[in-house]
Amino acid sequence: MNMKTITFTLNRKEQSFDIEPDETLIDLLRRTGHTGTKLGCDTGMCGSCAVIVDGRAINACILFAFQANGRTVETIEGVGDFDSPHPLQTAMADAGAVQCGFCTPGIVMTAKALLDEKPDASEEDFKLHLDGNLCRCTGYVKIKEALLSCSSATGGES
Amino acid sequence: MSKRDFKVVNQPLRKIDAMTLALGKPSYVGDFKPDDALIIKMLGSPHAHARITSIDISEAEKMPGVHCVLYYGNVPRIVHTTAGQGYPEPSPYDTFMFDSKMRFVGDRVAAVAAETEKIAEAALKAIKVEYEVLQPVLRIQDAMKEGAPIIHDEPEARAVIPVPYEPKKNMAAHVDMEIGDLEKGMAEADETIDFQFYNHYGQHCPVEPHVSMAWVDREDRIIITTSTQVPFHCRRIVAQTLDIPVRRVRVIKPRIGGGFGVKQEIVLEDVVAMMALRTKRPVYWEYTRAEEFISSRTRHPMLMRLRMGAKRDGTITAIGLDCHSNTGWNGSQGLTVVCNSGSKMLPLYRCGNIHFEGTVVYTNLPAGGAYRGYGATQAAFAFESAMDEMAEKIGMDPLKFRAMNHIKSGDTSPVFRALGEGREGVDQAITSCELARCIKAGAREIGWKRRKPHTTKKGRYRRGIGMACLMQGSAIPEIDMGAATLKMNEDGSFNLLMGATDLGTGSDTVLAQIAAEQLGTTLDQIIVYSSDTDMTPFDVGAYASSTTYLSGQAVQNVALKVRKQILKVGADMLDCKPAELTIEDAKVVRKKGEGQVTFSEIALYSMYSANQFQIGDISSKIVHHSPPPFAAHFAEVEVDTLTGAVRVIKYVAAADCGTPIHPKLAEGQVEGAVMNGICYALTEEYLFNDKGRMLNPNFGDYKLYTLSDLPEMKTILVPSYEKTGPYGAKSIAEIGINGPLPAIANAIHNACGVRLRTGPFTPEKIWRSLQAGGEIPFEEGH
Repeated sequence: MNMKTITFTLNRKEQSFDIEPDETLIDLLRRTGHTGTKLGCDTGMCGSCAVIVDGRAINACILFAFQANGRTVETIEGVGDFDSPHPLQTAMADAGAVQCGFCTPGIVMTAKALLDEKPDASEEDFKLHLDGNLCRCTGYVKIKEALLSCSSATGGES
Repeated sequence: MSKRDFKVVNQPLRKIDAMTLALGKPSYVGDFKPDDALIIKMLGSPHAHARITSIDISEAEKMPGVHCVLYYGNVPRIVHTTAGQGYPEPSPYDTFMFDSKMRFVGDRVAAVAAETEKIAEAALKAIKVEYEVLQPVLRIQDAMKEGAPIIHDEPEARAVIPVPYEPKKNMAAHVDMEIGDLEKGMAEADETIDFQFYNHYGQHCPVEPHVSMAWVDREDRIIITTSTQVPFHCRRIVAQTLDIPVRRVRVIKPRIGGGFGVKQEIVLEDVVAMMALRTKRPVYWEYTRAEEFISSRTRHPMLMRLRMGAKRDGTITAIGLDCHSNTGWNGSQGLTVVCNSGSKMLPLYRCGNIHFEGTVVYTNLPAGGAYRGYGATQAAFAFESAMDEMAEKIGMDPLKFRAMNHIKSGDTSPVFRALGEGREGVDQAITSCELARCIKAGAREIGWKRRKPHTTKKGRYRRGIGMACLMQGSAIPEIDMGAATLKMNEDGSFNLLMGATDLGTGSDTVLAQIAAEQLGTTLDQIIVYSSDTDMTPFDVGAYASSTTYLSGQAVQNVALKVRKQILKVGADMLDCKPAELTIEDAKVVRKKGEGQVTFSEIALYSMYSANQFQIGDISSKIVHHSPPPFAAHFAEVEVDTLTGAVRVIKYVAAADCGTPIHPKLAEGQVEGAVMNGICYALTEEYLFNDKGRMLNPNFGDYKLYTLSDLPEMKTILVPSYEKTGPYGAKSIAEIGINGPLPAIANAIHNACGVRLRTGPFTPEKIWRSLQAGGEIPFEEGH
């Protein structure tokens, strides 16, 4: 073992982790109980492992854990809970956009990164930003409806 | 039962697990991986067809951190099928946990369980294997040629039900059926057509690949937690494969990240169970995405010949469908998929002379399995393309041609009896069919009236409209069984325990709605626990479009029994007869006069006060019908005649699924299936080299559509009431995937005159067809 210690802000708390140099961020997250971040392809092509790093949605399966050192990481666990779900989580649940739900955390994180930056995101913005998120269940129709309802420009509250 | 006002069924309610999943709560197999689990990795064969001449695992076994290496030399050799089907399975027994014969690139050579993934991978490299490389069979048309290499030459290979099975000829199954006289019907026709079509390989691509884990508990039982659609079949087949009693195995299905049929198969569970038994440690095995493409299951590719005869007045005089299905290296679901190619499309149009033949062949390519649509997808492509071609030949609007011929409520079809699932089928009359209204509603939505012949279109970009009609079934009649247990708690809530398996479709919600409706309570009072072979009654699992229709009836029945018990206790408490009572909003009330007791009061009374007993019951259901859902699909496309690129502008799916128990989930089933179908029609493709190795097993080179590819999509649920179904429901899960291939093929033809008979509809194929004046010579694809 060739462990290194890194420190970063995870879900608003600064935390230190012992990692292996070639460990990916998703492996670190999942082995420390952040299992809401899903592994779908391990090659950065399905988006189910999307987390927010310094405000940007990034696939955690192709980021080394050490690259998170000193940065701010947000996972689905930090976004909402039963008593305080994020509007995107409520919208996804209410629109019928959650079927198997495996892609849902990645979609919520990717969309959240966009809306944090641009609360009035347009349909085109969503299409561009969500282009890396695969969903095989819904055909995206209800996902689109949920996302649009969360933008101040396309139906959401300002 | 008649139509009535529903309180829970057919209401816009939230899927019961939607928020849990949106919050990312631990739900799936991988989320429960124990910290001390050993990681399993599999060494795959580098050859499509080979014999292992020597294998040495000693170096791997000696490596620190390696706990177990399995290969054909140290596991029982028990022939079985990997198909998660009822017993006796209609799929041949042709698979072993490990074998010395390799039948596809990726076939199991040896598996390692080690402390870490890295150690497991290093151990795989330390296994020394030598092969005698054999000539592979890589095409359907080569499989049954005289002198073709025999893929299943092992003496154990056999069919377990009385069906034709000739592995020495690479024939995994055969079925044929004739109604009337095809040749006579062809002779009576004014116009005839005779074309070949080819359906290509495709994968389900659940975002969660196959994943299983197992451990041995303190009573020496094997507990398997796995992403399966068929927990009970899984338990039975694992017990069979390990030669242990069924009672020693428990299979638990938590949430699973999509299935679409691919998880109706025992892919990982035999090995995790054996590894757990050997190591006495928890073990965990998750497929990589590449393994998911290569080593799980696929859609059976099919080479089809479609013949049809019709009179100029639109009467169809003959239909002949001859399918050659590629089941790959094992025969999983081969027979029943090809049976469904006949039974799920041939009854759609009235015709007195029908011939159907299905031949299933082995090849040294990835194995076919169950895939949403299950043979109907393949047949719909040929059949519905041909319907357009025939309409053109007899000079009739393709919509009118279909409308005048399709099956209607009250009709029957001789196909229903002639063709079942690996055996004779079951007679049935259609008791609900709103296909005519589906066609009308869809035509209006797409703007069918503005459709012009392709010969009138000019310019680089040309638009066209095409359509297809579809049917499927709802469960396998006289074979499938589902069961449910329901019990009442002190607060008036209920535990609903079911073998039925929610693979993301929302069946837990749908079935809870049915229970709540029957009991007279609300959805939040139903606590669902499903798919655990120790805890829930049996259910065949999630396949054959069966859960709502079949398991829904089991739930409805048990809820009716419990409702009667509640009324009886209520009568005791209110000192009257049950017939004087009814249930309203979770209360038992007198139909006339004063007096009521709440569900909670009833439960408390029955548990603690007098004549104590557990309010609860169990019900099983087998079905005698398989009422088809119907659909009419419409696609508008734009073809770039310079590049051959095609874009779907708008897609309309009008479907009759009886009462949609949960309308949003029903729409979601249609939309998901349609988008999967569009993607399969246009981009998804397995590329193989000349040695049978898949070249593109990743999402970069095997393109799935995303939000940005979504065309304007309109789903229309046309209500009907299926009197044999729970609250009028029939199925919806599969039918939607069958439409895009033919509807888009027909739309492309309407746009630019190009007729495509081999998927996917790539720019290259369209461009080459345009250059060739409309069609390129037919060839079998991959």
